Formats: sequence, C-alpha cells, structure tokens
Amino acid sequence: MEADEATSTSEVPEEFRPRIVAYCCNYCAYAAADLAGSMRLSYPPDVKVIRLPCSGKVEISYLLKALEEGADGVMVAGCMEGDCHFMEGNFRAKRKVRHAKRLLEEIGFDSQRLEMFNLSSAMAGRFAEIILEMTERIKKLGPTPLRKGVKD
Amino acid sequence: MKAGSNLEKILEAGKFAVTSEIGPPKSANANVIRKKCGMLKGFVDAANITDNQTAIVRLSSIAAANILLQEGIEPVAQMTVRDRNRIAIQSDLLGAAALGVKNVLCLSGDHQVFGNHPQSKNVFDIDSMQLIRMLKDMRDEKKFECGDEMDVEPRLFLGAAANPFADPFEFRVDRLAKKIDAGVDFIQTQGIYDVPRFEKWLNEANDRGLTEKVYILGGVIPLKSAGAAKYIKNKVAGMMVPDEVIDRMKNASDAKQEGIKIAIETIEQLKNMKGVHGVHVMAIEWEEKVPEIVKESGLLPRPTA
Amino acid sequence: MIVGDRKPMDEILEMLEPYENILILGCGTCVTVCLSGGEREAAILAGQLRIWGKKEGKNLNIMEHTIQRQCEKEWVDEMRGHVEKADVVLSLACGVGVQLVAEMYEEKAIYPGLNTTFMGYPVVHGTWLENCRGCGNCVLAHTGGVCPITRCAKSLLNGPCGGSQDGKCEISKDTECAWQVIYERLKKKDQLDWMNSYQPPRDWSTAGDGGPRKSVKIEEVID
Repeated sequence: MEADEATSTSEVPEEFRPRIVAYCCNYCAYAAADLAGSMRLSYPPDVKVIRLPCSGKVEISYLLKALEEGADGVMVAGCMEGDCHFMEGNFRAKRKVRHAKRLLEEIGFDSQRLEMFNLSSAMAGRFAEIILEMTERIKKLGPTPLRKGVKD
Repeated sequence: MKAGSNLEKILEAGKFAVTSEIGPPKSANANVIRKKCGMLKGFVDAANITDNQTAIVRLSSIAAANILLQEGIEPVAQMTVRDRNRIAIQSDLLGAAALGVKNVLCLSGDHQVFGNHPQSKNVFDIDSMQLIRMLKDMRDEKKFECGDEMDVEPRLFLGAAANPFADPFEFRVDRLAKKIDAGVDFIQTQGIYDVPRFEKWLNEANDRGLTEKVYILGGVIPLKSAGAAKYIKNKVAGMMVPDEVIDRMKNASDAKQEGIKIAIETIEQLKNMKGVHGVHVMAIEWEEKVPEIVKESGLLPRPTA
Repeated sequence: MIVGDRKPMDEILEMLEPYENILILGCGTCVTVCLSGGEREAAILAGQLRIWGKKEGKNLNIMEHTIQRQCEKEWVDEMRGHVEKADVVLSLACGVGVQLVAEMYEEKAIYPGLNTTFMGYPVVHGTWLENCRGCGNCVLAHTGGVCPITRCAKSLLNGPCGGSQDGKCEISKDTECAWQVIYERLKKKDQLDWMNSYQPPRDWSTAGDGGPRKSVKIEEVID
C-alpha cells in the first residue's frame, strides 16, 4: 500500500474540508487519478489515495481503521463491473463495502461516510467527479464524530 | 380381541368402520368437547382426539378422551412423540388405559415450528414406528420399553397414520409394511383428494398382502372453499389436491355443499375398494357436518358391536 | 468444523460495558475457517468497538490477539501476557474455547463473542450446513452417509414422516428431507434393507442425555 497526499491546497481554515481516504484499484481508479493530475483537472483536496493491487484486496478492517483514525469519509474505487483485472475482485469489494456499512450501522455510525465507486483508467473526469460527489456528501454530514482527540 | 374396543369389534366383524375427529379447545372448556360429542354420537364408531395438532397447545388428548368416555363416544387418543419421551408416553398411556381408553393412534406429530410455541424444545426420543412397537410390547408382552415387566398391561388397539401422498412415494408401502411389522392394528390415512394416487398405493399394499394384516381407514377431509383447497395443496406438507377438485370448488354455486358432495363421492369410491376397511372423516372445526356425510354415504345406522 | 456466528452487537456491548481494557481473542482453527472468529474477524470487531468507543466518548483500549486453538491448554497458556493486560477477554472461539480460557484465567472476566451453532461443512462459499450432532453412536454406515439424527427435523430412525414432499422437509421448502436423500442413496447402492427393517429406539445416553461425556484414550493417559 502506498499513501499519496493530494497536492492541491486551498487556505480557508474556517471551512470544513472533509478528509477522505480513497482505496483505489491500481488498474482503474489509481490510473484515473494519475491522469486527472496530468490533465490538470481540479478536484477537492484532502483526499488520501491508497493504492491497492485490486479493489478486492480491500479488507473490512482497513475501512474501519480509516474511519477510526479520523477520516470523514472512506471510499473504495474499483473497475467497472465486468472489467476487473482479476475477474471478480470488484464484486468482492462491493460485498465487503456493503457488509462494512452494515457493521457501521449496528454500532450507530452513519454508513453514508463509506461508499464504493466504479470507473475505468480512462475516466479522469469521472474520478474528479466522484471525489467531488463524495466531498459534497461528507460536507452535508459534517466532520466525523471520531475526531475528538485525534491529531491532524 | 386385542383391546376389545368398539372400533376393533366392528373391524373384526368385517363391517365398514367410520371414525371421525374432535379437536380439543385451546382452553380448559370441557363443554366444547361435550358439544362436539353431541354432534357425533350415533354417527361414528369412534372419534380421534388430536394431540396438540399443528403443535398448537390444546386441552390434553387423554383428558379429552376421558370426556368422550363420559359422553358415550369411544375415543381414539392420538399420541405424538414430539412432546413426550418414552417415560412420559408409557406413563400417559397407562393412565389412558386405566381410564378406559382402548384405542390409540401413534404419530410423529407436526413439527413445533408450525405451532404457537416455535421456540420450544422438541423431544423425538422415539419415532412413531418405535411407539407402535413399544405399545405392542406393553400390551402383548406386558413389558415396558426397557424390558421391565408389569402386572396389568394397557389393552390398546393400536393405530397409526399412513400418507400415500408423501414422498418418496415408492417407500410409502414399505413404510406401511414396517408399521405392520412393528405391530400396528389399524391405519388411518391422510386426507384423500387424489383418488388415483391413493389407489396406486392401495393396490401395491393389496399385492403385497398388507391389507390382510392391517385395517385401513381412508381419510376424508371435506373442503369448505376453493381457497381452502388451494391452501391444502400449496401449504400443507404431504397433502395433494388435484386441480379438478380445486376447479369444482371454484365453480360451485355453493362451495360448502360441493365440499360435502366431494367427500361423499370419495367415501362411495372407498367403500368399493378392496383393502379399505373404513373411513376416517376429519371435518376440522366442522364436526356438525359429519352426520350428513355419514348418512349420505349410506353408512347409517352404525352397527352395534 | 465447528461453526459459529458472532453475537448481536447489543449483547456484546452489554457484556463489555464495565470494562476499558478489552482483549478480542480470535481462534485460528474452526471459527477461522467458518469466517466468524479468526484473526480477520477479531480485527473487524476490534475496529467496530474502537469506532463505537470514540463515538461514545469512551476511553477504550481495544487489543486483538489470535491464537491457533483456544481449546488446548498449551496455546491458551502462551497468551498469558496478553490476557494480563486486559480487564476482560471477549473470546471469538466456540464454546469449547471460551470454557478453557475461562478455566485457565479464573480471575478474569471471559465472555463469548460468538454463538456456537453447530458442526457442519460449507455447502457453497458462505453457507454452512449442520451435519453432525455428535450423538456418540454413528449410524452413517446404514444411512448412505446422511445423518438422520441431525438432518431430519424429527431425528427419525425409521424413514420419512408424512410431511416429506418433493424432496423437502415439512418445516421449510429450503430444507431437504434427509430421508429422501437417504432413500435415493441407498437405492443407488442397493442397500435399502436397513431402511426397510424396524429400527429400535436409540440409547440417547451416548448423545449427552446421560450427562457430560468423556472420551478416554487409555493408551495416551500418563499416570
């Protein structure tokens, strides 16, 4: 796993800037993020992209860990359904995300902070859109209730 | 005579027997049973008392059987292996015999998931086959299941169920043979709507000589509506209702009367079948119709044993 | 294998309520394979509890540890250091493991995180079927390798009851009639004799109705 800080920054301290952890498949979302960068597409900052060899490699415990450590939102981005490099890894990811949402609900934690997306490596624009979508959603939800006492 | 019951005497005499069924109330109200006795008296040779059928708690079958004795109707006490282990069953049936009950029907019992206490623990210490053998040994060998001896044995005429409509069909006659082997005296079948399938089963039983070793009472359940027929077909495990019967019920101007008519026709057919020794009319919560069905089937007056 | 399901969260939270230093103890054998109490499930539950604790403003210290088998003293003994750091151990082992841990750490609060359900195998990935009750007197030799004690809802020994239809048990259309399966297997093998002959009542004293059972391999017992 590699963690890359998104580079763009904007200095408006009073505004809530959701911190999002994006677990990205190497073959689609990660490449799309790269392409978005080369294309100078702008998307909200404060996204931590974590590269996975396949979205199916994501573990439920990774998703929980990110939330527990203070992420405002967590997303998994895998290939378009039917296009997984490893046949069905993205379907496994889908099931894991669905189950993780149930696990969050049973402890009374808003599962909307977690989402799965599908895209291809060529969809740089879509990548930016997804990040925006997720950011907007999290803005509506507000900061994570778990950040008390967590250092930035 | 094994038990000397009225039912046994009628069957022994080669007469066509008629039994019916009384479901005890879901309360301690003895009058419900007495009222039903009033409806059936003189029209049947004996009446079964169900044992918490469909696993819904009802007044005890043996207690109800005792009320029947007081009312002058011979009871067939049903006994399932679902709720009692071998200790309780033997004890209860000693008690039943002491009260004057002379017929018992040995059943597995509907699984408790159907009933009003699906959380209960079931027993199934023995199965219905083993129940037959246990009671036969008590009666004929004066022995408890464990082998201990008793001085006064329960004289019980032993019945069991047979379901020609359950699967695997090929095993159904084998299972009848097993019950005969275990010591059963009479059989009451599941409700018959699919007469050809029943005949197929009966013919095989005839061919194997089984109908000479046991009395068979064909089960008849009058239908109240087309909806009831469909429910039985689709929802009751181990029952079959042909589409022709459902259509007849659907198209009838008076469905209830049509249901009675179908029951009477079925009885007429059963009367003429080799190997059938009687009928068991189960008019569930409709006991008042039994006299009409018996009368219209030409089965009156009932013989005095 | 022994199969279990994680207990409902409400029940887990209620058990852990008085404690701050909590050890989630996974077991590396059966419950790992049935995906209910291994290292991965311990991590997930620990994650959930940490999130819950933070959300509720509690200062919880959730630890995770998984040992190969909670049903053997050697392994249970080796994790003493982990147990000592905790106020409570939530064991994700089957009931056997929970009991051994409780016996070896009598002073600690040891609670079960799973409901131990049955012994069975997976019929498809993610679905397990109960096949064995451990009744102590195996009849599989006669029943074509299908256990009627376990798989017949009435534990019948003399063939199917009247509720068997279209291969299904009367209790549910999702449940196979074990005796239908037995009948077909025996027919294929031309071994229907046992099924066609009367089988007497069983001795349930071997099945646990005679009290807790003990198995002694005399040749292995060191005096």
